Amino acid sequence: MKLITLYADHSLALLSSLTTHIMLVIVSVGLGTIIAIPLAVLLTRTKRVAAIVLAIAQAVQTIPGLVMLGFALVTLGIGKAPALATLTIYSILPILHNTYTGITEVLEAYTDAAVGIGMTKSQVLFNVELPLALPAIIGGIRISAVYIVSWATLAGMIGAGGLGDWIWTGLATYNTDYILLGAIPSAILALLFSAAIGMLQRLLTPRGLRRDS
Amino acid sequence: MIEFRNVTKRYGSVTILDEVSFTIKRGQFVVLIGPSGCGKTTTLRTINRLIEPKAGTVFIDGKDVTLQNAVELRRKIGYVIQQIGLFPNMTVQQNISVVPKLLKYTPSQCQQITRDLLTLVDMPYEEHAHKYPSELSGGQQQRIGVLRALAASPPIVLMDEPFGALDPVTRDSLQEEVKRIQRKLKKTIVFVTHDMDEALRLADTIIFMDQGRILQMASPEEMLHKPAGPIIKNFLGRHAEEGANGAPKRAEAFMKKRVYTVHESAKTLESIERMRKREVNSLVVIDDDDHYLGTVSIEAIKERGKAGRVISEYINTDTLTVNRSDDAKEALDKLLASSENYVIVLNDDRSVAGIITRTSTAKAMGEALWGEIES
Repeated sequence: MKLITLYADHSLALLSSLTTHIMLVIVSVGLGTIIAIPLAVLLTRTKRVAAIVLAIAQAVQTIPGLVMLGFALVTLGIGKAPALATLTIYSILPILHNTYTGITEVLEAYTDAAVGIGMTKSQVLFNVELPLALPAIIGGIRISAVYIVSWATLAGMIGAGGLGDWIWTGLATYNTDYILLGAIPSAILALLFSAAIGMLQRLLTPRGLRRDS
Repeated sequence: MIEFRNVTKRYGSVTILDEVSFTIKRGQFVVLIGPSGCGKTTTLRTINRLIEPKAGTVFIDGKDVTLQNAVELRRKIGYVIQQIGLFPNMTVQQNISVVPKLLKYTPSQCQQITRDLLTLVDMPYEEHAHKYPSELSGGQQQRIGVLRALAASPPIVLMDEPFGALDPVTRDSLQEEVKRIQRKLKKTIVFVTHDMDEALRLADTIIFMDQGRILQMASPEEMLHKPAGPIIKNFLGRHAEEGANGAPKRAEAFMKKRVYTVHESAKTLESIERMRKREVNSLVVIDDDDHYLGTVSIEAIKERGKAGRVISEYINTDTLTVNRSDDAKEALDKLLASSENYVIVLNDDRSVAGIITRTSTAKAMGEALWGEIES
């Protein structure tokens, strides 16, 4: 009961935090996608380099978010820019990984047929490899978005705004209510992002590739 | 129109193609066949430059293929692969239109092509054009695979074991369709298979390969009657000397060639000695010109024979004979009716070609079914 009144009291401020939060997620995952997909495509062309790059990316992913944000704070200062930079880096790996696997797992029969009937390399990529890898790629974006929703709360620490602000305030003042005020919308947001991208995935998957068709 | 001149391909120290040379004429249905690893698929893929040879040249219409842009070359050559390779993210129409689209045909041209081609294989446009490959049966999918290869009207179509994964009934009907389409559209088709049935059925010319070399290039009939060497003969197996229903057609297929003969002037004791030595109980009697006269059995000599007499006195001229090119069925009927359990096979000049016994029949049938049998 108390929580609901609290939400009502802070509704405007919360809404603004929520908007900022969503913005953080969309921008960083968007940038991550723009970087990850072409990078993954390049990696599929040089398998030896790919193994190294994917290993490095995986290693970066294991660095705790807090450490990365701290590092960004020291090097880039306070504000949205360092937060977005960090979140973008984190959003890359799942998309990179899924795109790479998605493309390399396209059956040779399809690429062989594509080359054999006279497609150029880029035609094979855009007509065959990417469409067939699309479900995997969107799957990567989905994982990435869910992660970033929760990591974006950490970004509040370096002044990025968003739902993280409420959590950090709660932590600083030993106020559970404030923590929940930030945590619950953030959890719901993660689920909503997952569901929305899931729908997008279904919509974008060609009918011929849908397993339930 | 397709010419290979001393084409050689090596992977490391392994030679895949060894100075392969041949010419395929326009409008021919050529089947490449041989044991796995013989180089047949490599040969096929060298034509559209999916594989570049180490040495030698491939010419299409007199032009060296390596002097043409590989992508443009491939658009002028249809290509069908075993695993079908229809793009699962595209509808039937989109799949068929892939090459026309690459060649910048208009959408309405693409649609017309799809319509015409689907009619060719009795798949109504309205019903099938907008389906995805996963919504088609295996046989329908490979039909579309073939149509896709034909879409931009290439004069040459390459097919790499296209029907290998299909069940026998579907394969049969697709073979027929492809043959019909090839005749109708006058395509030059190069077709890889390891199935001799398929090769005999489809080919105008069969190229038999082994270890990167061509062992024989011949029409199906010629290969059946004069297989160049034991590998091909073995590969032909039950097809060698075979009739329409799968069984050997001529009497000679059932005979064994080793026949013990005796000259009509031989003496009784000499003949008996000869039978004992060969462990047989009759001999075939011949004259000076090796012409067949009849047979002489050990019983006849024992019953009526006297020492020192010539065997022509005891000759049995009622033994059943057939000409070597007679119908096999006739020979087998005679064998079953014969009291001696054998039938003599004669050449056209009435010399002895062989003898059909129950054992030789069993062996011939066995070979027809399962290939070479050690005896």
